[in-house]
Amino acid sequence: MFTDDWNDLSSEQRLAARLDAWQNAPIEFVSPDVRQAYVDRVQLWRDAIALRKPARVPITPWLGLFPLRYSGFTGHDAYYDYDKLGQAWDKFHADFRPDGLAMTIAMVPGKVFDILDYKLYDWPGHGVTDDASYQYNEREWMRDDEYDLLINDPSNYWQRFYVPRMFGALEPWQTLAPFTDLCEAPFTAPFFVPFALPPVKQMLQKMMDAGDAAMEWLQAFMAIDGKQMATLGIPQMAGSSTKAPYDILGDTMRGTRGLMLDKFRRPEKVKAAMERLVPLAIDWALRSADATRNPVVFIPIHKGADGFMSDEDYRTLYWPTFKAVLVGLIEQGLVPMVFAEGAYNERLEVIADPEIPAGRMIWMFDDTDMARAKRIVGARQAIGGNVPGSLLTMGAPARVDAYVKDLLATTATDGGFFLGTGIVLDEADPACFKAFCDAGRTYGAQI
Amino acid sequence: MSKELTEAVIELREQDALQITDRLLAAGTDPLTIVAACKEAMEVIGRRFACGEAFIPELIMAGEIMQGITAKVKPHLAAQAPAEMLGTVVLCTVQGDIHDIGKDIVGSMLGIAGFNVIDLGVDAKVATVVEKVREAHPDVVGLSGLLTVAFDAMKATVAAIDAAGLHDGLKIMIGGAPVNEDVRAFAGADGWAKDAVGAVDLAKTWVGGA
Repeated sequence: MFTDDWNDLSSEQRLAARLDAWQNAPIEFVSPDVRQAYVDRVQLWRDAIALRKPARVPITPWLGLFPLRYSGFTGHDAYYDYDKLGQAWDKFHADFRPDGLAMTIAMVPGKVFDILDYKLYDWPGHGVTDDASYQYNEREWMRDDEYDLLINDPSNYWQRFYVPRMFGALEPWQTLAPFTDLCEAPFTAPFFVPFALPPVKQMLQKMMDAGDAAMEWLQAFMAIDGKQMATLGIPQMAGSSTKAPYDILGDTMRGTRGLMLDKFRRPEKVKAAMERLVPLAIDWALRSADATRNPVVFIPIHKGADGFMSDEDYRTLYWPTFKAVLVGLIEQGLVPMVFAEGAYNERLEVIADPEIPAGRMIWMFDDTDMARAKRIVGARQAIGGNVPGSLLTMGAPARVDAYVKDLLATTATDGGFFLGTGIVLDEADPACFKAFCDAGRTYGAQI
Repeated sequence: MSKELTEAVIELREQDALQITDRLLAAGTDPLTIVAACKEAMEVIGRRFACGEAFIPELIMAGEIMQGITAKVKPHLAAQAPAEMLGTVVLCTVQGDIHDIGKDIVGSMLGIAGFNVIDLGVDAKVATVVEKVREAHPDVVGLSGLLTVAFDAMKATVAAIDAAGLHDGLKIMIGGAPVNEDVRAFAGADGWAKDAVGAVDLAKTWVGGA
């Protein structure tokens, strides 16, 4: 941990310790100037999070495949060829110099997916074209009669029901007993019997092969990000991620439609399952954040957007368990950076919750009225985002410049603002993206 | 009792709605009366959606109830003449994008409104759409997409319909979370809608059924 007396520290002290560790990361910078640039960039984040006026508004767009396309590569290149990924990252970051690196972790390893026969998503060469990004296969991966299994023992449910559906190569896991069987001598040998079966042995071999491929990806990813940090002084955007309990269920388990129907047909089960997922969602982020020593937790949220449920359902169904996750992360000194995809105009009063300590998280928005967001949410937490993907793809540099200028005048004059995009950018007109960054540097320094 | 059915659907009381349907059919009620009662309920839910009193879960649940009722009523409708359709819509999520929720809601709402919906599914290749338009002579083509890559695919699909000389007398609408007037102009579509109710309204306007 960061200090010997970690358990005795307040959440404010933990936050300070984590931010210090991030700002003073043991990176071998190529020069003192680059080290200073890194320290200064993290300081922009620290000031904006704490609702202070930073030296300049931090420029933190969400980046998907745009750096690849900008450099002449495809999604297939990103997911299969780490040299090309590295070349794209070098070119993109050198040319645009944002204040957070593109999300390398979103450049998923196709080879790992191939070995495991991953079914939850399609990716270039597997269901979508080479120039596309990976995309989710909307299905009820968790059946509607399996809530009790999930609620009673999430790990067992994941291992023996959900994971074998998620990966073709892991189907034999269904035949294994739960690890909780292992508690006394007579139960031990029966637990291991299935490991003698050929399909289970093949599965274990594939898991080891996937492990090798994942290690290759991790090493490439660390080298690529390490180079950007050491040569350009740009910090990683986030060191961990997690999800809102409702989205865990709705995004990739019950599916959007399945969960919406469950709300009417089995509301108590939905609530109980979400409550069960809260500690898992906190632990998920905490373990990564402790390893990466970056306190920012990326949390994309989806199924609570305007139109996806009533205000009443948001207050009683979506928010309570999500808030519990946010509070749990903040308690550990972490900084949730939520990306509220879609419109969040109807939710602003709820998320400006006074029980969440002020100046401890970031709300990034998409299609939301930013003046209202500033007034309501910005009074308690840093906000940002909103520059539309359509403007950056099909607009003109002058329009982008005017949009950013107006946005910053509306939201950033007293600090607490991150200039970002309202979408994870797979595509953009480079001239428009340059105008976005230039406007951020010009007007963002004049606040 | 058909009024009771309308109320049950509006209030999303699934089991009640299905039981009332059984009772109506057992009593020899004209199946078209049952269909009309459901349609009336869906119009109320659609209006509530349009003014922010109902949301996507309510639309999906209502669609689910409708599906259950339709399954019960269908065998009794066989002998009757098909209801007159407002028009035909060819619908898909465009090439490169596999998101189907929005498209499915639009398709379901168009069907309930009285359109014959030909759903080409997701990741619909440009040539597939063109071929279906040539074959089915729809009044409207609806192109859906959630990703920015969909913008180019929408543009390519519209261009291919133009190039095949099939755009005359046909209206093309686009939709999906990131779609706006900029995207419509870029894609060369005739209109765009923010949500399913908007898409139905647009299609109705175009076929003169609004």
